[in-house]
Amino acid sequence: MKKTTNRVWGLGRGVAFGAALVLAMPTAAQSQTIAITGGRVHPVSGPVIENGTVLIQGGKIVSVGTNVVIPAGATRIDATGKWVTPGIVNVATTLGVVEIGAVEETNDTPARGRGDAVTASHKVWEGFNPNSPLIQVTRNDGITTVGVVPGGGLVGGQAAMVDLSDGDLAAMMLQAPIAMTADIGSKGDQVGGTRAEVLQRLRDLLADTREYMRRRADYEKNATRELAARRGDLEALIPVVQGRLPLVIDANRASEIESALNLAKEFSLKIMISGGAEAWMVAPKLAAAKVPVIVGALNNIPLSFAMLGARQENAALLQEAGATVLINGGADGFNARNVRFEAGNAVAFGLSWDAALRAVTLSPAEAFGVADRIGSLQAGREANVVIWSGDPFEPLTRAERVLVRGVDVRRPSRQDELMLRYKVLPPTYRR
Amino acid sequence: MPSGVVAIRNATILTAAGPTIRNGTIVLRDGKIVAVGANVTVPPEARVVDGTGKFVTPGVIDTHSHLGVYAAPGVDANSDGNEMTSPSTPNVWAEHSVWPQDPQFPRALSAGVTTIQILPGSANLFGGRSVVLKVVPSRTVQGMKFPAAKYGLKMACGENPKRVYAQRGLMTRMGNVAGYRTQWINAEAYRRKWDKWLAGDKKGDPPQRDLAMETLAEVLRGNILVHNHCYRADEMAQMIDIAKEFGYKIASFHHGVEAYKVADLLAANNIAASVWSDWGGFKMEAMDGVRGNLPLLQNAGVRTIVHSDDANGMQRLNQDAAKGISEGRTIGINVSEDDAIKWITINPAAALGLDDKIGSLVVGKNADVVLWDKNPFSIYARAEKVFIDGAMLFDRLDPSQRWRTDFELGYVPSERIP
Repeated sequence: MKKTTNRVWGLGRGVAFGAALVLAMPTAAQSQTIAITGGRVHPVSGPVIENGTVLIQGGKIVSVGTNVVIPAGATRIDATGKWVTPGIVNVATTLGVVEIGAVEETNDTPARGRGDAVTASHKVWEGFNPNSPLIQVTRNDGITTVGVVPGGGLVGGQAAMVDLSDGDLAAMMLQAPIAMTADIGSKGDQVGGTRAEVLQRLRDLLADTREYMRRRADYEKNATRELAARRGDLEALIPVVQGRLPLVIDANRASEIESALNLAKEFSLKIMISGGAEAWMVAPKLAAAKVPVIVGALNNIPLSFAMLGARQENAALLQEAGATVLINGGADGFNARNVRFEAGNAVAFGLSWDAALRAVTLSPAEAFGVADRIGSLQAGREANVVIWSGDPFEPLTRAERVLVRGVDVRRPSRQDELMLRYKVLPPTYRR
Repeated sequence: MPSGVVAIRNATILTAAGPTIRNGTIVLRDGKIVAVGANVTVPPEARVVDGTGKFVTPGVIDTHSHLGVYAAPGVDANSDGNEMTSPSTPNVWAEHSVWPQDPQFPRALSAGVTTIQILPGSANLFGGRSVVLKVVPSRTVQGMKFPAAKYGLKMACGENPKRVYAQRGLMTRMGNVAGYRTQWINAEAYRRKWDKWLAGDKKGDPPQRDLAMETLAEVLRGNILVHNHCYRADEMAQMIDIAKEFGYKIASFHHGVEAYKVADLLAANNIAASVWSDWGGFKMEAMDGVRGNLPLLQNAGVRTIVHSDDANGMQRLNQDAAKGISEGRTIGINVSEDDAIKWITINPAAALGLDDKIGSLVVGKNADVVLWDKNPFSIYARAEKVFIDGAMLFDRLDPSQRWRTDFELGYVPSERIP
């Protein structure tokens, strides 16, 4: 049987990594001034601009519109007849941390922990491999930013958001952590226990994190009772109980989603829902609580008893109810590029086209606190810009230029090299 | 099922048997296609469907599915697809596991899928007999079986049998090959014994029947088609050698993420390739998957098929075909829509030995027809009406007539629209 994708979701906002420092010094390629002219420009932050210009300097967008003055010496890219959008964001992937799922030594998620399913201190991005060939495969399809997300466990760990730029992890990093992940679905083997027990364990964890914050000095003197997790995990949960770091809760059954909403209220948490197969059944509540939902658009199979209501109109119905929808899909690195087709299918099942584009660009950027950096074509944003041969959601459309921070990163991927090698048989094995 | 006379008028018709017909009409009568073309007279008794702006294709056919044997919800009690008790189980038949109330069936139908091959899983070298089903509501699998379709034999290469039997039976690829050859030697002897008895005066007791050997002997006689799960190019070559050694044919390799590397070999041996557009990477033997597999195979003259192995993917084989067209353009291989539609219709029909009955829109064939609201190679296209044997079994515009399985009653919210 086809191996199904690991359950990973995606995640928030947090402490700046070393990225800003590195970016203060643009590389030679980034110092270029680039003017993309004549295209149908979708800024996402505003209405579509026909025959628009996107001006890029020093790796940043400096101007977008119809009356942009193009400096002499700018490199012009004629986008007449093309569509221009912000780079696509896939908020929930294991790109860079899982190369080949079944090959243990290339698989850096989920964390093993101590068998108690709580690995809040797990910073999944510390296992990230910037040299993964799957990065080139992914960005060639117009995906310029991904959430790197830990899977598994009751509390799986911390996620990061990275740009698929050249360079090392520090250069690629947008923000880390962007969120903490949790899973309240009763799945026995992973977390263990009944749904009620799982919720209670999560409550104990959150309460003990508060206890740890209040009585840190006593804790150091061994003058507290035993707390529900190790020091590192409690430490990592502090921004979560302070409502600063989103807790992304994997939940599919409508009742599980309601439990998550109740938990958020009880502890004043900032949460998001991932999975969310039956989210449409509680859409008004999600909207009222302003809880974003990370959903795919390709699942209408009642795969488990928690997903009996799975339907492809999920994203559309959430949007209709006023909830914030983030579309993910293709969690594993090999398929991370397919998120744009996920968005297209959401449109086929009722989501407006504009909402679908937003769900894979600006909405995830906003939800995870990086909208000042990515997700729209506006002055001051990173120049993550894609020029498409047409509608980006259509399979017959190609990403013709993919700029990440002003640099065109479209180069032959490992897959391209394989195809070139075997286009004429037998191969020569020379290059 | 009631079929009557139906005419779909003024549609763009992809026949899978020739060039696209613009503003075409197709007429279905008594379960068969009775007319198709640009200048067709609509019989007065026909129920007319306006196809303006819409597209008509043959019903989608999937050579690789586990619906019913890995039914939803995927609980242990529904896990009936892999008889992992021995590396060699040609004695088991998928049809004895199929649960007709699997809610995945109506979802497949709603996506235009009309015929599917249900295979046992890939844990075993010989996984068992497949069965070809029509995607129709029925209390029994007998009511779904495609009349007179040949059975298939599921075989599997590589990592899966190695992994499953590492502690009990075999643990290497050479162990796999020894396992296939040993069984074919047994099957040869069994076939000879029975053929001799059948050709003789049939006096006395016939030889003892053996379910496993019966299936393999039928393969050797050409009456059962081999469907071989195999990822790596070099392993496909090994399997071709084994087939030649024992004198059987491989109808199709399945998954074949490296099929493009031996496309010439597959073409020369007339073996179909059932592949994904771009799924891969999840295990070592899948790491060389490329999105250009489909166009590269097409270009080499291989009978090219998009398959799913997945209840969700099955609903979007048309989108996978579109990805194949797209990647082909990028690498300089132009595949027309008229060719790409064959990847999900007549080519899988041929791999199942059913291309004389289904898979293309020609007069006399079964009226398995899909009306799409848009060009099926668009991401936005959805099957609007689906006909099997001329009976309209799905109509997106009429939710009241929607097929709901027993399982769904009370459990799956009824307002859901597949």
